[in-house]
Amino acid sequence: MSTQVRRRPKFLDLREIRLPLPGVVSILHRISGGGLFLFLPFLIYLFDLSLTSPETFAVYKGIVGHWFVKLILLGLLWAYLHHFCAGIRFLLLDLHQGIDLEPARQSARVVLMVSGALTVILGVWLW
Amino acid sequence: MVKRLVVGAHYGVRDWLVQRITAAYMALYTLLFAVAALTLPAMTWEHWHALFSGRWMQFLTFLFFASLCYHAWIGVRDIWMDYIKPLGVRLALHVATALLLIGYLAWVARVLWRL
Repeated sequence: MSTQVRRRPKFLDLREIRLPLPGVVSILHRISGGGLFLFLPFLIYLFDLSLTSPETFAVYKGIVGHWFVKLILLGLLWAYLHHFCAGIRFLLLDLHQGIDLEPARQSARVVLMVSGALTVILGVWLW
Repeated sequence: MVKRLVVGAHYGVRDWLVQRITAAYMALYTLLFAVAALTLPAMTWEHWHALFSGRWMQFLTFLFFASLCYHAWIGVRDIWMDYIKPLGVRLALHVATALLLIGYLAWVARVLWRL
């Protein structure tokens, strides 16, 4: 009987891991959710300004007109759209739709493409 | 005996279910909001203010933010549970997250019912 402990391969080097597409969608779902949470007070602040009075609306317009703020909002728009699309995919997976390997890869690709495309379209339109 | 942690996952499916129900509502509200916002005659304060002055829109919008806060509570709590191992730090982050989200919701309520 061998007394040697079998060393299981452990592979957790973040620089070396090549995530499959569904894994990319999954980690981006977490990152986009965390990012939206961090920026939530900023978004509610803008919402508050935009509604309170015509004067604060003008202040709101001034803030969102700045190119750097626009860049941040574009990032948050992508985060929202990715979280939205990936979330629908996860809901469908919970309902056992598309859980085989190939459909799962396919839907992951669709999520990345649709959220990216919507970000570009809405981003260009809003910018 | 099962080891129960005060900052553990509560070992149930209720949060899992709530996260999905709130997600479904937020998705529907997002579509409604997108249609309403994209069909505004012009992006002026008058039209924007009128959109959120309707009683129904106020109620649905408040429900959206309430869903968002509950949904974010579960999601952010999961992030802390995955990456933050010292229990004291984790508890502090849980408390901070919960209090912040409650505060945000109160803020939104004030904005909406002031209109």
